[in-house]
Amino acid sequence: MKAYARELAVAATILLVLALLAATTHGFFTVDNLSDLFLANVPVLIVSLGMTLIILTGQIDISVGSVFAVCSIVTGVAARAGLPVLVAMLIASVVGALLGSFNGALVAWMRMPSIVVTLASMVAIRDGLRWQTQGAWVGDLPASFQRFGLSQTAYTILMLVVAVLLIVFFAVGLRYFRGGRNIFATGSNEAAARILGIDTNRVLFSVFAITGLLTGFSAALNAVRFNQIPSNSGIGLELKTIAAVAVGGATITGGSGTIAGTVLGVVLLGIIGPALTFLGVSAYWEHAIQGLIILAAVSVNVLSHYRRRQVSHA
Amino acid sequence: MQNVSSNSAPPLAIAAKSLTKSYAGVRALRSGSLELLPGEVHALIGENGAGKSTLTKIITGAIQPDSGELEIFGQRISENDPNRSRALGVAAIYQQPAIFPHLTVAENICMPLERERGGITVDWRSRKQRAKELIHSIGANIDPDRLAGTLSMAEQQVVEIAKAIGAKARILLMDEPTALLSERETEKLFTLVKRLRSEGVAIIYISHRLEEILSLADRITVLRDGETIACCNAGDVDRAKLIELMVGRSIESVFPKRTVVPGDVAIAVKDLNNPEAGLHDISFSVRKGEIFGLAGLVGSGRTELARTLFGITPVHTSITLHGREVTIGSPAEAIAKGLGYLPEDRRQHGVILDMSIASNITLASLNDVAKRGLLDSNREQSVAEAYRTSLRIKAPATDTVAGALSGGNQQKVALARWLAIKPGIMILDEPTQGVDVGSKSEIHELIVEFAERGMAVILISSELPEVLGMSDRIGVFYNGTIVATLSREEATQQKVMSLAFGHEVQA
Repeated sequence: MKAYARELAVAATILLVLALLAATTHGFFTVDNLSDLFLANVPVLIVSLGMTLIILTGQIDISVGSVFAVCSIVTGVAARAGLPVLVAMLIASVVGALLGSFNGALVAWMRMPSIVVTLASMVAIRDGLRWQTQGAWVGDLPASFQRFGLSQTAYTILMLVVAVLLIVFFAVGLRYFRGGRNIFATGSNEAAARILGIDTNRVLFSVFAITGLLTGFSAALNAVRFNQIPSNSGIGLELKTIAAVAVGGATITGGSGTIAGTVLGVVLLGIIGPALTFLGVSAYWEHAIQGLIILAAVSVNVLSHYRRRQVSHA
Repeated sequence: MQNVSSNSAPPLAIAAKSLTKSYAGVRALRSGSLELLPGEVHALIGENGAGKSTLTKIITGAIQPDSGELEIFGQRISENDPNRSRALGVAAIYQQPAIFPHLTVAENICMPLERERGGITVDWRSRKQRAKELIHSIGANIDPDRLAGTLSMAEQQVVEIAKAIGAKARILLMDEPTALLSERETEKLFTLVKRLRSEGVAIIYISHRLEEILSLADRITVLRDGETIACCNAGDVDRAKLIELMVGRSIESVFPKRTVVPGDVAIAVKDLNNPEAGLHDISFSVRKGEIFGLAGLVGSGRTELARTLFGITPVHTSITLHGREVTIGSPAEAIAKGLGYLPEDRRQHGVILDMSIASNITLASLNDVAKRGLLDSNREQSVAEAYRTSLRIKAPATDTVAGALSGGNQQKVALARWLAIKPGIMILDEPTQGVDVGSKSEIHELIVEFAERGMAVILISSELPEVLGMSDRIGVFYNGTIVATLSREEATQQKVMSLAFGHEVQA
């Protein structure tokens, strides 16, 4: 199917990397390695879902890493204060949603450029947190905190279920909810969307608020993996998520992209680092190769758009 | 007035012969010809869409003609492009000056001139000096250090002219230069134009203001339906004659108009003012089943009225819909109250090019194809399929991306969208602009069907035969208001055109 060419291309690349690993290395396809890899990438995956919505509207959010750090600490502090873990997670999610809403309100109603708004948030939140915590980690967490008191296996399965549910929800929602259509319409042609009676300001606000919520939620899910919470987590999360969305085929100017593409983008960028280690390539190459993948993905976007424009003008 | 004796013909600044140009099957220029002499002001007039801008774009090299001949200063131009024509001395000044608002006057004037000089440094002192000299040379006085964004529209035009003179322009193309100027500014501009003429510059002057043209121009070329109809000395004609030349065509196309017995008043507007949109004292009403045409020049307020009624540039004044007083503050409210709006610029405001035909059609009526909040794909496909068939949208399938369709078919998709929400009042803004002939008559047929179903239709069109052929009544816009409402029987091309150009008509 031509419509899913991009998704298929990314999937094929993933299979190629996996095949290479299967043929030449041992130890990659162990349960331990795969579940570690998965758990490490759960936050990227969940935040990427929100980032997809934001990029579909033609905006960007580079503050997710900082929001993630704050929400991680919030989870820990709440749990240490004696609140049940689920309540701590709820609080972290709300904090994330509020920070996202703040960005969204400035972008939607004040018409400020999202790159500037979220750059400011990114810096302010990160440094505010550094000042508040003085760089100290949150420890002394109750026993029931780590992995919700579950075994490693049970926790991994729980994460898998949560991830799948979220992916399905967003994939279906984007296609079958009214709001999903409104997101595409806003990103593709905001002026036209307004004439159709779509409140594009509310759409813009919502995608930032949703992404904030997802960031807070994923921070809490991630925080319980260990018995200490670092105050500097989430560094580079914005780059990883934006890269995954771009590799997944979304156009950075908005209007086109899919959840499936984003998920495949997360998988590809997630396995490439460990794959290089297993293949004996120096870890220094990891980022260079990730960069090349992103560049290749974006070039394909630009070329296919160029061709389409040629066709429609003929 | 130039006296051209046949035996000592001076070299023509421009000789254009039988130029043609089509866009996607639509003839924009059928046979455009123009003879421009050095040292004359030559006006180019015609209705909206007569081919003026196509002809001027060919001269500036912005587009290539399909056929025909173009000579600039005796030099045969086969492959024109903007650099080539600039090198030959052609400069254009548009209604909206193309300035860089954040740069100074001196930079704006000198930047294009310095490109030829080469090097990578900027000599600020000579740049300022040069700008000052150029401004003085055309008899103006503007501080070269001012930011161009702080200048008035008239001053910005002076900057544009100084730039053109600096580039040693010998052919100056002015497109509606006075549209945004006050009377005094206009006079100053005319003094400047006459001065340039006396220095031998050939000036092509495009304007809708006939008085202006008659007092300023030496000769006038009239375009109609993409064809050069006449070239006359300004002294030999008057306004009435010019209007006759512009519209004097027979209505050749047949319109599928069928008169519907009008129902109750669907929309009534009384003394509507919207200063921000430049509208004042607008009153009219449209009945169910009636097609109310809005004629007038581009910028006279027709589109602005549509945007005001639809809540895009809202006013607090109430209007009467089906006997009830309402105010409309946003497009969402307008849709909820039974209005539909097919905007003028299809690509900018109409269809969403990245989306499929089906998604485009159902976008404004998602509730109708949803079950418990979830879109029902099957229902959506069947709704879209029904419209594809009934509107004869030529596309392989309803999941084809709208951007891949031709202009006419995109327009049908946009129309289908509004049919899907069944508005009581439909505003159509240039529904057939840039649409091929076949789709055009299909769209006309659809408009008639709208009316037959009891819709009140407001039809904005710059094409006189279309307005005259489709409407039950016609409101003529001039300068931000409806100056007259004519019945189908009263309305003739001459009458509508005279009103649109701001002249009273004796009934």
